[in-house]
Amino acid sequence: MRTAVVLLILLAVAAVPGSLLPQRGVASDPAAVALFYRDNPDLAPWLDRLYLFDVYAAPWFAAVYLLLLVSMTGCVLPRCVRLWREVTAQPPAAPRRLEREDAHARLTVEEASASLTAAAAHLRSRRFRVVETDGEVRAEKGHVRELGNLAFHLSLLVLLVGVAGGRLFGYEGRVAVVEGSTFTNIASSYDALTRAPLADPADLEPLEFTLRSFDAQFETSGPRLGEPRSFTAVLDWVTSDGAGTTEVRPNQPFDANGTKFFLTGHGYAPQITVRDGRGDVAASGPVIFLPQDQAFTSDGVVKVPDARPTPVALEGLFLPTAARGADGIDVSAYPGLVNPALLLTAYSGDLGLDDGGAQSVYTLDLDGLVEVTGDDGDRWRATLAPGETVRLPDGLGTVTFDGVTRFANFQVARDPGKEISLVAALLLLMGLSVSLGVPRRRVWVRRVDDATVEVGWRHLGRRRCADSDSAALTAALEHDPDNHPESTT
Amino acid sequence: MQADEMALWSDRLVLASLAALSACLVTYAVAAALAARSAGRAPAPILVGGPEALTASPAPVTSGDRANALRPAGTWLMASGAVLLVAAVVARGLAASRVPWGNMYEFGLTASAAVAVTFLVVRRGRRVDAVAPWVVALVLVLLGVSVTSLYTPVDDLVPVLDSTWLVVHVAAAIVAGALFTVGALATLAQMVLSRGGREGRGSSELGDLAHTVHLVAFPIWTFAVIAGAVWAENAWGRYWGWDPKETWAFITWVLYAAHLHALATGGWRRRAGWLAVAGFAAFLFNFFGVNIWIPGLHSYAGV
Ligand code: HEM
Repeated sequence: MRTAVVLLILLAVAAVPGSLLPQRGVASDPAAVALFYRDNPDLAPWLDRLYLFDVYAAPWFAAVYLLLLVSMTGCVLPRCVRLWREVTAQPPAAPRRLEREDAHARLTVEEASASLTAAAAHLRSRRFRVVETDGEVRAEKGHVRELGNLAFHLSLLVLLVGVAGGRLFGYEGRVAVVEGSTFTNIASSYDALTRAPLADPADLEPLEFTLRSFDAQFETSGPRLGEPRSFTAVLDWVTSDGAGTTEVRPNQPFDANGTKFFLTGHGYAPQITVRDGRGDVAASGPVIFLPQDQAFTSDGVVKVPDARPTPVALEGLFLPTAARGADGIDVSAYPGLVNPALLLTAYSGDLGLDDGGAQSVYTLDLDGLVEVTGDDGDRWRATLAPGETVRLPDGLGTVTFDGVTRFANFQVARDPGKEISLVAALLLLMGLSVSLGVPRRRVWVRRVDDATVEVGWRHLGRRRCADSDSAALTAALEHDPDNHPESTT
Repeated sequence: MQADEMALWSDRLVLASLAALSACLVTYAVAAALAARSAGRAPAPILVGGPEALTASPAPVTSGDRANALRPAGTWLMASGAVLLVAAVVARGLAASRVPWGNMYEFGLTASAAVAVTFLVVRRGRRVDAVAPWVVALVLVLLGVSVTSLYTPVDDLVPVLDSTWLVVHVAAAIVAGALFTVGALATLAQMVLSRGGREGRGSSELGDLAHTVHLVAFPIWTFAVIAGAVWAENAWGRYWGWDPKETWAFITWVLYAAHLHALATGGWRRRAGWLAVAGFAAFLFNFFGVNIWIPGLHSYAGV
């Protein structure tokens, strides 16, 4: 047991650093590890070498829980064998000195042998296993406690199988879908797709859906102004089973044959049209801007490599409810669309899209780009309301802010081990409740002489017997209501 | 009744409960002082070692009559405080037309009520007066912090919290938490009273109380964690993601499992006590520390 305690403490301690340091693959903030690297360039590589950004996938973490499970199996299997022997055996004979047991009483009765018979009947009715011999009743109850304990410990192994199922065969993906656009369930549609090593690449459920609309409600007054109140996405979907329309909300995913799409976030996608220096439309449509704060101050970029004669790029800030902050900086004051504004700056030059290097659609690679300046020589800036158009300096073209659409973030998960894990969890809970709730105990009733019997209780396990049990037995033994036990310990 | 009026009643009931519990603490303090004075004159308590002490020796009479007369008054005040708190929680729920645990203030309020009620239930039939003032003090601190720094007016839930599983998960967590609180206080009191290897009657009854409470709390906590996992599966598509809140729930669970094993390990009783206290510390950190200091998916509830 000491091994178990030490390993359990070790497991608890090993889990701590993962909650204090940013972790890869933990959903709350995908950029957290990169950010930590930037802020602690010397420390981060060392922590990384110790797997401290992947604690729960680290070999040393696995070593602790595997050791624990091996040690547990080593403990529990011999107990299974012993339990089997005990279940098939009779309750053992009484020890010579019953007064040494956990509770003991000596009672004066009218007729000892009748009392023994009554005691045996009483114990049987209380579901004890009873053996009557000449002058002694032996009884035992609560083997199920041991069974519960074994079920509980072994369920941990089942849980491991369930967890491993997800880790080896499942996948998890994230995608942002703009209102009116269609998502097709193939690997290249995802913004991020993490597939387990053994997952079948052809395993993606064939389906398609269009985000018909997305609606968000926020608190409109009081100290919790701007707190989210409800989100609803309406999907028109097509799967192998047919087609339909579904509303998706937090806690209420879209389920396509076991592949579930969870609504995990949302934001704004301003519709922007860029006409180039020749007046041709070089880019048009909604652009996803990533929210930066609770009031949906959002960042985004528009890359227009096809603009002629000069390619341009726009960097923008979208404010659903524009307001001037205390420090003179424009921010959004409320997450809903009350006073939408689009703040733009521009670059021209080589966007670097042709040399094949991977680029994020949310950031600009500033190498080879020149900041566009206004007539006064300062950086060119523009603030647009929906419907407005602004002319870029130097004959670069015009930008129109056509309107605002929303986008919804979906998280997609498929975990083939989760049913196994659920079964394991239920087994664990049942086993635990039985193991902790059912006392296991033995009782012996012995004839001392014609008018005296002796009772001894022993609890196996560390809980005291319920007093009601011994009181009820005492009552069953006593025929004479004036009779008092000489001692009850 | 208007929702606003109901919310106001909830606030009034909280104040009344604060008053009752403060009076209770004062009563206990006076009783303790009287008992200490009369103990100076009374014969020394009979200390019996070994397991027989559990049930064999009658309680030594060491406290003065006035102290004895005050104790039931203290218990009565504590019970009134608890009833007022439960009423406050119910009123808050009616005012918001939902379960009253949507933010930290409501958690604090419900947790205070749960600790007080739990202690009143488990103390019945046991001589555990030693720990009662500490429970009352803790409830007062929790309630005081909730009222002064966490107070928020009644409001709707953020969408992700609006789920049946939330109700199940949080209810189980609150019950387990209240039991853990009583268990930790009883364990600490027991360790203080049995310092130097003495096992007085009070200390063994406290140990027994702590043990029973932990045996009940552990499966409930296990259930709370499982319900949380089911909820996470419903909300995010994965049942376990090592979010800080989930991680600390796991740490709490493992520490209490270590505590139960240590109890069954020869010569580890005292260390087992410390493990229970460590488990409670992890639970508390999850409730306060993680919400306040560590960013994660669960931090939307608003401090
Ligand atoms: C994987 C982590 C483990 C967990 C979460 C766990 C949990 C538990 C729990 C909650 C109990 C009930 C305690 C009680 O009856 O008061 C228990 C009992 C027990 N455990 Fe474990 N255990 C683990 C690993 C182990 C290991 C490694 C061993 C062997 C060294 C072990 C051996 C036992 C035994 C023998 C009991 C029965 C104790 C008794 O009836 O008094 N367990 N365990």
